[in-house]
Amino acid sequence: MNALNLLFQFADNFAFVVLAAVGLAVIFGMMGVINLGHGEFIMIGAYGTTLSANAGAPLPVAMAIGVLVTAVMGFVLERTIIHRLYDRLFDSMVATWALGLLLTQGMRILFGNSIPQVSTPLGNIAYGEFSYSTYRVLLLPVALLVLGGLYVVFTRTEFGIRARATIQDPDTARALGVDTDRMYTATFVIGSALAGLTGALYAPTLTVVPGMGSSFLVEAFVAVVVGGPSVLLGTTLSGGLLGTIDAVFTNLFGTFYGQIAMLLTAIVVIRVLSDGLTGLVETVRNRVEGE
Amino acid sequence: MGLVDAFDRLRRPFEGPNTIGNSRAFWVGFLVVLVGLVGYPIGFGSYAASSAALYLLYAMLALSLTVIWGYTGILSFGQVVFFGVAGYSFALISMNLESALTTMLALPVAVGIATLAALVLGYFMFYGEVRDVYVTILTLVVALVLNTFMAQTAGSEWTVGSVALGGFNGIPAIPSLTLGVGGAAITLDGATFYWFTLAVLVASYLGLRALVNGRFGYTMVATREDEDRTEMLGYDVRRVKLLVFALGGALAGLSGVLYATWGNYISPSVFGITFASIPVVWVAVGGRRSLLGAVVATVVIEWFRQQLSATGSQYALIVVGVVLLVAILFVPEGVVPRLDAAIRGARDRFGTSNDTPEGTPE
Repeated sequence: MNALNLLFQFADNFAFVVLAAVGLAVIFGMMGVINLGHGEFIMIGAYGTTLSANAGAPLPVAMAIGVLVTAVMGFVLERTIIHRLYDRLFDSMVATWALGLLLTQGMRILFGNSIPQVSTPLGNIAYGEFSYSTYRVLLLPVALLVLGGLYVVFTRTEFGIRARATIQDPDTARALGVDTDRMYTATFVIGSALAGLTGALYAPTLTVVPGMGSSFLVEAFVAVVVGGPSVLLGTTLSGGLLGTIDAVFTNLFGTFYGQIAMLLTAIVVIRVLSDGLTGLVETVRNRVEGE
Repeated sequence: MGLVDAFDRLRRPFEGPNTIGNSRAFWVGFLVVLVGLVGYPIGFGSYAASSAALYLLYAMLALSLTVIWGYTGILSFGQVVFFGVAGYSFALISMNLESALTTMLALPVAVGIATLAALVLGYFMFYGEVRDVYVTILTLVVALVLNTFMAQTAGSEWTVGSVALGGFNGIPAIPSLTLGVGGAAITLDGATFYWFTLAVLVASYLGLRALVNGRFGYTMVATREDEDRTEMLGYDVRRVKLLVFALGGALAGLSGVLYATWGNYISPSVFGITFASIPVVWVAVGGRRSLLGAVVATVVIEWFRQQLSATGSQYALIVVGVVLLVAILFVPEGVVPRLDAAIRGARDRFGTSNDTPEGTPE
């Protein structure tokens, strides 16, 4: 065990949790819809990337195509199916699960159980006896960039303010001239694009198969549950907490125990803080301001 | 009309506003179908009966979700957790203590373990004020983590007593259920297993009908409709939810034991994401607020999946997905309640109805 090793492990896990959760968190936090097809949206992003790269596109272009394909798919699904289910929480979960099933099985029928994979670019960083993939190390700044970008979009732009107004009070927002339907569509498309981005980013490092979506599910759902309703703060905090826990337990006992530890964390956090970590931050802030 | 009166008195505890089928005609039909089901192995042989038994034991799993989701408003993706826990427990107990008596006793013990698991998980969720989607997510995550856990138990260090957990390959050669002691024990397989499963299913169905149309059932429905108001009226909704969740765990556990003995086999795929969500498909399509709907939809969908996958078609899951989407979008209350409403509407129009009025409490 080595501090630097643990640090790399943490960075890797933090990036993974944040990227796995961010698309789900945007859609859930902003619209209250749990997208159970989230893992499959990620899978579509990965397929878009890998297939374009196999067709000869340079990797960055292929990734952009992966993101675009997922965003377009999100747009179509929102307009045709999801928007009918906004006031029916459980139904929207079941419907998105059905979509996930169709996507997995559809890709299996179209492309078979496996496709040629893209190899991880950029080589390795070696340090003493340890060696890390440069590409995976770079995912940490990318994850931070995504969080920063979302912060700017949702707090500093006209669109973000309208979107948040829609979330807080749809009726008033509509009365003030905000096209709330369009806000919902746009938010869903952003969430889908982020899922696609996750798929695109991990396509070169994971095995791209139709069922790959489920490997993101545990981290994504636990992060959203632990994070609570505030999207950015919640995802960042739970990424930090879960990343640490996962890194420590994986280092000490192996991959599986990292997952168990994350699950237990989720149960404990929910048992103690019903609004997740952001609820705790809120309470502390209120108490400080109250004094 | 003494006989008719006796019949009416007999059906009264099972009727009420929370179930469909509150008429003499329904119960006559129910008995006819039941006689047909009992006679099925005689007409079609014990191999056909054995395949059909799978659909019946799945229907138990569907019932467990209907009580939790349809009647109490808690969508759980984790019914398979209790299904699998009971199946694995049964395997470990019966294979470690191999005798007819212990195989028989392993059934209630395994169901008890599943119920206990549901109580523990339910306690953390409901007494931690976890609500709505969070319950759904947590139950799904528990199933996925168990799937990961059981799949990595291939090594020889993962043995319980003399039984290896077997990782991905699961546990083979689980003994069939037995009834009776020593030399008088009957092993349940083929037609006898089918009859046993059918009896368990019918008993559960009738028991649940009596439950949801009774006092506790009204509290469950009140909790589903408005949790805060029910609490204001003096009911402990956390306790209601915990008890219902435990009941669901027990039913799912019973189904899981039957499953393990049906194929003499259990593997981690029972915790996998596909199997975890299949109960939701059955219940959503059949009618989440209808016990009968869950049973009928389970049997029809599973029969259909079996037919498709027997022909090697990859389209079975596609069809399941499309059916589910169509049901959610166009028949949100479920197919069976929709049919029931259509039949009653038609009968009202022709004025031939001689039933007790719908919705009359007992």
